[in-house]
Amino acid sequence: MVWKIFLFILLAFVSIAGIAFPIVENPQAWYQFPNIPGLEQNARIIFFHVPTAWLTVLAFFMSTVFSFKYLKRKDLDDDLKAYASAQLGMTFCILATVTGAVWAKFAWGSFWSWDPRQTSIFALLLIYGALFALRSSIEGEEKRATLSAVYSIIAFVTVPFFIFVMPRIMKGLHPGSAEDSSAGPVVNFQMNSSMLLIFFLSLIAFTILYFWIWRISYKSLIIKENINKQLIRG
Amino acid sequence: MLTKAIALFKKDFHSELRTRYAINSLAMFIIVAISVIMFAIGQERISEGLTGGLFWVVIFFTAMSGLSRAFVSEEERGTSLTLQLVAAPSTVFTGKLIFNIILVFCMNTIIALLYAALFESFVINNFGLFLLSFVFGNIGLAISSTIIAAIIAKAGAKGTLYPVLSFPILLPLILSSVQLTLFAIDGTSIETAKFELAIVVSYDVIMLTVSYLLFDFIWKD
Repeated sequence: MVWKIFLFILLAFVSIAGIAFPIVENPQAWYQFPNIPGLEQNARIIFFHVPTAWLTVLAFFMSTVFSFKYLKRKDLDDDLKAYASAQLGMTFCILATVTGAVWAKFAWGSFWSWDPRQTSIFALLLIYGALFALRSSIEGEEKRATLSAVYSIIAFVTVPFFIFVMPRIMKGLHPGSAEDSSAGPVVNFQMNSSMLLIFFLSLIAFTILYFWIWRISYKSLIIKENINKQLIRG
Repeated sequence: MLTKAIALFKKDFHSELRTRYAINSLAMFIIVAISVIMFAIGQERISEGLTGGLFWVVIFFTAMSGLSRAFVSEEERGTSLTLQLVAAPSTVFTGKLIFNIILVFCMNTIIALLYAALFESFVINNFGLFLLSFVFGNIGLAISSTIIAAIIAKAGAKGTLYPVLSFPILLPLILSSVQLTLFAIDGTSIETAKFELAIVVSYDVIMLTVSYLLFDFIWKD
């Protein structure tokens, strides 16, 4: 119970701080953010967009880890854990794509411009979509678990390629890209210490939130499976 | 193991010669796809960059229309259980992989020849680079589509699911191959393109390893 209150306070603080703290030219007080040229007020998205994108990758990673565990131990609970994580990952993937696209409209002038990061998150969306399409097409429980575990491992292996392939093919607009010199808050550390503090607090809060929802979600899936089995037995 | 795999390949080859299902449908698909593109272009002259991209569009969809046969046919005929009895999973995968690699090479050579004949702007200036990227790209395409075909066959041969599952897996390969084809058309030296070549080669190696590791789980019911 205590940590739920702690998470609530942390998320509330991060949200208020991220939205309301003023951006000034020369930050003096601890609650002031520096003005990053080229981004200005748009820079605030880092507190909410980057954690969702991070969770997309984390959820995919956890899903692959539990897929691997399933293949090793053949325990159907592991498959449900992987499935719950993939569901959450899909949610955060959509959130990251939409928030990123809305931000891009104001920062770059168009919702979608096939920036390397945009293409990568699009590929992740496709992988998640394919995984759910595969799951829904198979009837048998164990067969579904095995095939989707195999597919998510194969998909996970191809992900690192996007990191190397994309920047060579497309020009990067995203803050932190290789060619980006003016507006790279993450890479060049143009953020001051208070901005960094809020950013990392936000990352921690979102990560706790993910593990919490994930736990509830796979527990409910397992309970649902058990009830189904009892109903079938009569 | 290799002799068994080759025997398995021969079995597939002979049954393919008898029905000619994959060859006929692939050949017709190539003609249909290219003629659709020709009709869409009409009298306009398209740029070199666009032909390189369209080349891989045709290759991707042709592969998606024909390569799933390798495993789907076994499930349809109900012969997969017998195959499980007579050969180890890795042997089965090797046999199917050899068959698909040969099929991909035939199919893509025909597509490349047709492109060279029909599109004025499809002129390869650096033939060595094109050949290298063609060979490694085809091997990667064959490996990924074979392992996804195995998944599809076990999932109940859902035809529409095949491109859906394959596209995200093939995306890194297709993107670098399109880039390499553009380099070959522009006449860029192999030295400049070696980063993309390295990506394609490492993709082949990684997918081959992962496929052999995971095929056991797919194949055993």
